[in-house]
Amino acid sequence: MKKYNKFTFYRRKATNVVMLSLSLISALVTIIPLVLIFYYTISKGIAYLNINFFTKLPTPVGEPGGGMVNAIVGTLILIGIGGAIGIPVGILSGTYLSEFGKNKFGATVRFLTDVLSGVPSIVVGVVAYTLVVIPMKHFSALAGGVALAILMIPTITRTTEEMIKLVPHSYREAGLALGIPKWKTSILIVLKTAWKGIATGILLGLARAAGETAPLLFTALDNRFWSTNVFQPIASLTVYIYQYASSPYKDWNDQAWTAALVLILLISVFSLIFRIITRSKYKT
Amino acid sequence: MKDSESFEKIQEYFKKNKEKKNSTFLYKILGNNNPGDIIFERLTLFFAVLVFILVLFMGWEMYSHSVLAIRKFGWGYLTSTTWNPYSEVFGALPMIFGTLASSFIGLLISIPLGISVAVFLAELAPGWLEKPLSFLTELLAGIPSVIYGLWGIFVLVPWLRNVVEPFLQNEFPNSPFFQGAPYGFGMLAAGIILSIMVLPIISSISRDVLKSVPNTQREAAYALGATKWEVTKIVLSNARSGLLGAIILGFGRAVGETMAVTMVIGNRPEISASILNPATTMASTIANEFTEATSNLYLSALIELALILFVITIIINIFAHLLVWGVEHRMKK
Repeated sequence: MKKYNKFTFYRRKATNVVMLSLSLISALVTIIPLVLIFYYTISKGIAYLNINFFTKLPTPVGEPGGGMVNAIVGTLILIGIGGAIGIPVGILSGTYLSEFGKNKFGATVRFLTDVLSGVPSIVVGVVAYTLVVIPMKHFSALAGGVALAILMIPTITRTTEEMIKLVPHSYREAGLALGIPKWKTSILIVLKTAWKGIATGILLGLARAAGETAPLLFTALDNRFWSTNVFQPIASLTVYIYQYASSPYKDWNDQAWTAALVLILLISVFSLIFRIITRSKYKT
Repeated sequence: MKDSESFEKIQEYFKKNKEKKNSTFLYKILGNNNPGDIIFERLTLFFAVLVFILVLFMGWEMYSHSVLAIRKFGWGYLTSTTWNPYSEVFGALPMIFGTLASSFIGLLISIPLGISVAVFLAELAPGWLEKPLSFLTELLAGIPSVIYGLWGIFVLVPWLRNVVEPFLQNEFPNSPFFQGAPYGFGMLAAGIILSIMVLPIISSISRDVLKSVPNTQREAAYALGATKWEVTKIVLSNARSGLLGAIILGFGRAVGETMAVTMVIGNRPEISASILNPATTMASTIANEFTEATSNLYLSALIELALILFVITIIINIFAHLLVWGVEHRMKK
């Protein structure tokens, strides 16, 4: 048996300190890119952040001024379509999983939603292309919305399921004891109690969808003009960021930063509004 | 159902399942005694089936639209290095190579960082520090990938071109990994961007895995006189399969990442040992060329790329989830 000595003791102490400090340093290093990205987005984006950006259409290269009002509205329309399809599908399938899904089929669906959440967004874009763009023979906001809906579904389904599971069982028993049918108990008591959590899931899904670019590149395409027609191509902030950033014009590059800043603001505003709504609803 | 009947059933149930605490037993034994119940169940079932069909349908849809390319090139599609839209010869090896290589570089940076961040969050950080730090890393995961790309083009790429790449070439003039002109755009830039994007996934899943290791393990080690780091080593080795799962999920994210990579990798379908050279990935090829695909064969070759990506990510996810589930299941026991 090895004899314990002072040297071993100090070596162990030293290793301990070194490794734990490395761990602390790595946690600090992780924050660096976050700070850098926010710093550049805000400092570079603020230059074009004025009323024109929110009220005017984009101008051709070289012409100063102009904004991205069509892209802001376009992004809202796209996530609106995505939400209109994705939210009901997500909530109802999540309800099924938690209320009736304790069988093999439920386990399979649960597993498939996990798989779906891992599928790259560009692949979802390709599916939306074959599903909507090919039959319609042209790009459209609808195709983009379908792609975003597919991307939202797994998030909303799984959050709904998890949140419903958190509702204490005594709540259901109370409902049943009052003679309320099961389905009414599910909707009026269980879903209502879990609503705050479900809304967080929806918000997460919408926020993710608002930041998606890849599935929109060849479904919603883009549009230099004002358009709210869901059967026509539509502009979106993310696709504009991509195009403006890749363009050789300095003017456009600068506007890409502003678009990025607006996108981040949009996502933050979304989460703020949702939080306020859900808070007040939960209290009453 | 009559009340007395339900009462008997409930009593029976309790006799049978004394030890079981099934939280939904009332639902099961009371049966569907209201037409609304049946409608409600069918309705939710319909949407669950919809999700089920959706995933299978996605695979089939991509297969049926890429059948043209699959018939023409067969398995050679996976091994050929020629990608030429003009002569309509398509081989996906440069894209597959680029995808794997860029993900590999990304993981090389993010695995050690991510796991040590997880160690910090799960084992070391006091409560007041853990929450904001976890929030910040999750914020990193919430930034849209196109903004990473934007940052990559205007901040990361110039820095690589002017500082890092000349430095690497000076220090290692003979290394095959650092040949060619330092464009900035290339494999290295893609790898670094990927490492930033994958980091929050690896660190947050690893943190959860580490937290699920029971405290008795730590207490036992402390009781034997172990230092904090030695305890952490024991915890890490207990959680190793879950950590592997976290890494694989991070890999899955890196493989499918599109915008940020497309914007910084340079998009050249060539295989090169040098990480300074432009390359391309499956996802970025689809993003770049999809709207330019004029012929049916070109389009179906691109859709086949998406199909390959789909299959790869499914396999990765199945594998990772089995690992993560395995650990959490074992720990609960």
